[in-house]
Amino acid sequence: MIEILSYEFMQKAFISGIVIAIACSLLGVFLVLRKFSLIGDGIAHISFGGVATGLLFNITPFIGALLFGLIGSFGIIKLKEKSAVYSDTAIGIVSHVSLGIGIFILSIASGLNVDILSYLFGSILSIKTTELLLSLSLALLVIVFIIIYYKDLFYMSFDEESARVSGIKVNFLNSMLLILTAVTIVCSMNIVGLMLASSLIILPAASALQIKTSFKKTLIYSVLISVFSVIAGLIIAYNYDFAVSGTIVILNALFFLLILLHSKINNLSSNIK
Amino acid sequence: MHSLINLSSVSFSYTDSDVIKNISFSVKKGDFVGLIGPNGSGKSTLLRIILGILTPRKGVVSLFGKELKKFGEWEKIGYVPQKATNIEKNFPATVYEVVSMGLLSIQKFPKIITKREDSKIKEALTSVSMENFSQRRITELSSGQQQRVLIAKALVVSPEILILDEPTTGVDQENKESFYNLLGKLNNKGMTILLVSHDIGRITKYVNKVASINQKIEFYGTYKEFCLKDAAYKKEYKLYSDKG
Repeated sequence: MIEILSYEFMQKAFISGIVIAIACSLLGVFLVLRKFSLIGDGIAHISFGGVATGLLFNITPFIGALLFGLIGSFGIIKLKEKSAVYSDTAIGIVSHVSLGIGIFILSIASGLNVDILSYLFGSILSIKTTELLLSLSLALLVIVFIIIYYKDLFYMSFDEESARVSGIKVNFLNSMLLILTAVTIVCSMNIVGLMLASSLIILPAASALQIKTSFKKTLIYSVLISVFSVIAGLIIAYNYDFAVSGTIVILNALFFLLILLHSKINNLSSNIK
Repeated sequence: MHSLINLSSVSFSYTDSDVIKNISFSVKKGDFVGLIGPNGSGKSTLLRIILGILTPRKGVVSLFGKELKKFGEWEKIGYVPQKATNIEKNFPATVYEVVSMGLLSIQKFPKIITKREDSKIKEALTSVSMENFSQRRITELSSGQQQRVLIAKALVVSPEILILDEPTTGVDQENKESFYNLLGKLNNKGMTILLVSHDIGRITKYVNKVASINQKIEFYGTYKEFCLKDAAYKKEYKLYSDKG
């Protein structure tokens, strides 16, 4: 363990991994409960266009992905408001247009394909200090926002109409959830890659929800599962030379299966009693 | 006595034709008004207009003497949605957490529960006889118990009016009776209530006014007047009573 931490790239990976794991897992509980869990995939597709554009114009891909992610989120919000399309259709339209832009850029520019793989599948070796600082600051902002609005988001997730009647700014918070998801997906790009970015949002939250406890404890469990998976994933991947993103996702999936199994056994035994 | 809710010539349409046509009536302090009508008559739409979720095409809605656009004291209104049948089966919340949501309209940052708020939550749970369930998950309760918890959530801010949308949907007959008893007791203690229901046969013991709508207002007055007004109403009442 001490040996791992002596490498600068591993220190960066642990620090950013833990902060991003917290942001993703907190956000994930609200997104899963609101049945928005696949929005992360949509935003990852949008960000892909930004990474390709960044590489083409020699702008930091992180910035390109962030800009595309934010513009894409606003695009989804406006498309929903101004036209008669459903949320998932709006996400589908914006994400596929951006994905199309990314693929088009890759086809006309040579030599980008190798670079883009590290953004698609994650590469802890490629984390630059500026990207690390930016992603840490943004992930911390996401965490602070969720802590401040946690009760409002909780109420909205339980019953949006009643929350609206209570004076909670539901439209603002819905838009913020989308924007924060975009920010979080881009922040997690270096660790797990765009292909698996939404897994850090969905899996820990889905596992924690299987535990069937209070809302506060569900949030805590989601964070613990996510952080543990990232730390263990980094250690295992380093020791056995596995892909970091895949290892983290497999650990998360194992957690989900174990908790699901435990909950089924509990149900069965309480039914027998 | 001033009106807590006042509707003046309110019309609303989702598309081209109005589903609410020129409706006017008011709810005064201490009233227990039953808003009744057949399916598709616009009861729930009218309620959503009163709560500011939908904007009327024409007419004025006032709450506590203020036009809806200028009204901001939502803590004066306790809203109980038609929710018991819609609570997600895996939603992770205890009864205590659900009731605490009701406090959000009056809490300032940081939204933490103070000792005073904790006793308000316990008081609200006691008022609906659910004090022993505070740490149970809401999804483990029967729909009748869930509906009581939602009333406690509405009561926790000590509102001046309670607005309920078909609260007994999915609740068994025995629990319906005790639920309406609870509303009757609250009204006797001075709580103003607007209850949307198709269950006219059951609510007659408790309501003192009836607003009967079928896109437009068909009757508004005391329950006694409602029964005696004409044969059509009597027939309708009998129809509802037989169903109840």
